[in-house]
Amino acid sequence: MPQENDIREDLVNKFAYLQDKIQIPRARRMSVIMDYNNFNEVFEYAFSQLKFVHFCTITGLDEGEFLSFIYHLAQDSGIMLNIKISVPKSNPVIKTITGYFAGAEIYERELVDLFGAQVEGLPAGNRYPLTDDWPKDQFPLRKDWKPSEAKGEGK
Amino acid sequence: MHDSDKFKIPMGPQHPALKEPEGFSVALKGEKIMGVDIRLGYNHRGIEKACEERSYIQDLYLIERVCGICSHSHSTCFVQAVEEIAGISVPKRALYIRTLVAELERVHSHLLWLGVAGHEIGFDTLLMYTWRDREIVMDILAMLTGNRVNYGINIIGGVRRDIAPEQARDILKGVDTLEERTKYYIEVASEETTLIKRLSGVGVLFYDDALRLDAVGPTARASGINRDVRRDDPYAAYSEIKFDVITDMHCDVYGRTLVRVKELMEAYKIIRQCIKNMPDGPILVKAPRKIPVGEAISRYEAPRGEDVHYVKSNGGEKPDRVKIRAPTLANVQAVKCMLKDRYLADMPIVIAAIDPCFSCTDRLVAVRNAHSSNEKILSWEALRKYGIDWHKAHGIDLALVSDNFRKRMEC
Repeated sequence: MPQENDIREDLVNKFAYLQDKIQIPRARRMSVIMDYNNFNEVFEYAFSQLKFVHFCTITGLDEGEFLSFIYHLAQDSGIMLNIKISVPKSNPVIKTITGYFAGAEIYERELVDLFGAQVEGLPAGNRYPLTDDWPKDQFPLRKDWKPSEAKGEGK
Repeated sequence: MHDSDKFKIPMGPQHPALKEPEGFSVALKGEKIMGVDIRLGYNHRGIEKACEERSYIQDLYLIERVCGICSHSHSTCFVQAVEEIAGISVPKRALYIRTLVAELERVHSHLLWLGVAGHEIGFDTLLMYTWRDREIVMDILAMLTGNRVNYGINIIGGVRRDIAPEQARDILKGVDTLEERTKYYIEVASEETTLIKRLSGVGVLFYDDALRLDAVGPTARASGINRDVRRDDPYAAYSEIKFDVITDMHCDVYGRTLVRVKELMEAYKIIRQCIKNMPDGPILVKAPRKIPVGEAISRYEAPRGEDVHYVKSNGGEKPDRVKIRAPTLANVQAVKCMLKDRYLADMPIVIAAIDPCFSCTDRLVAVRNAHSSNEKILSWEALRKYGIDWHKAHGIDLALVSDNFRKRMEC
């Protein structure tokens, strides 16, 4: 997996704190687990220098005290870079990436509705995917939310 | 949107012809669309949450029902992720069968789209013939899997049914007929002036916008984006199969039509290779009920574009998390861009041209003046008729093409 190793080396050379944080589970798959404080510079570098120019989606995860988000990027070569960050569930604030990928707006709205993420810089718009009357404090993909708790029309 | 000379038109969320309801709010100035606001989520069924409460096997069948048209796409994408986490090496014959069913599914989906596109522009003869031809591939799928849709061919570790030599012969016979038909559709799409005029310059999405909005599949490829998961990130048996990725630089509905009809020809090529090169051997290996701790992300080139599934296991019988990103979600955002500054008469075909999945209920179009109480309700059918009549008045009448088309198809 020479290409993947080169990308890892490049990232570690540029950002020393990524040493031991990058895994290559198989050909064309790379994963980075990193501190959210450094996310922007790594994301910018991956996009502009390493040509991860295709944005697939964002996966949200409820991991107890933290909400984690995996940003799935891909190169035209087929290599995927999955950048995982975590923020405290008590204050799940992340910044929008719509400046890089306008199409990411819908994926960020999904995190807002289903995980209760707060996305700074996300332009005003319709909610997705829950109904307009869905209670503002219920986030269905959090682990402590059970379908029996659903109220209102969305039940 | 509230200027006195603009109309705001709520469309949807229900639609009689397509899967998945969606709401479009269109701001009009005269006949021109000034802006579109899209409301999604009416068909949100909580499948990802439901997956966390069911076993991997139950999830496989649930996920197959994410979409009725590309059901095999979702089930394959999911099962690949689970197999990767479990470290299961799927037998080659099973990978070839998955690839074969995948391409048969692409054929039925693209023929379905071609018919819908014909209908939306008033070329119903095309709808009748493509859907007649589509029955050939539906019969093949039913013969192979027992079902016309929701084939249930995948199981964790392989496939459920093998293919007998006589079935392979029937497939090849069907593909020969379909190939002949498709050649004629390509001829019509490339040479029929009326069709070219009707679709060219409609629903324009330039290369840069398609990149920025992350469009996928034929929608992206018709804007010159050379991406196809089958080639770029090969799965199933695609790494052993030769095919061309079809791209086009028209950047409009005409380009999307050309890409899809040419992709049909590539699908036939792949189907023939699958049958010719399919290795002998088992079609299944035993998979554990409990999947080891781990995560995987799987990509798949569905008929509408890249499908993405993420699966995380905590070592139990049920997944900890399943995330699905269907291609329409990526493409529907480009619709705003395609409709801006275009005519209302083109709205049905522009929306249809991303080949979206909507739902099978009624859609209303309410046309209202933002500053008065006057309101006019149109059905989608009426909007479609408006589009066809508008273009007839502007010299494009596809009814005139139909006679030649019929004669050729019947000979």
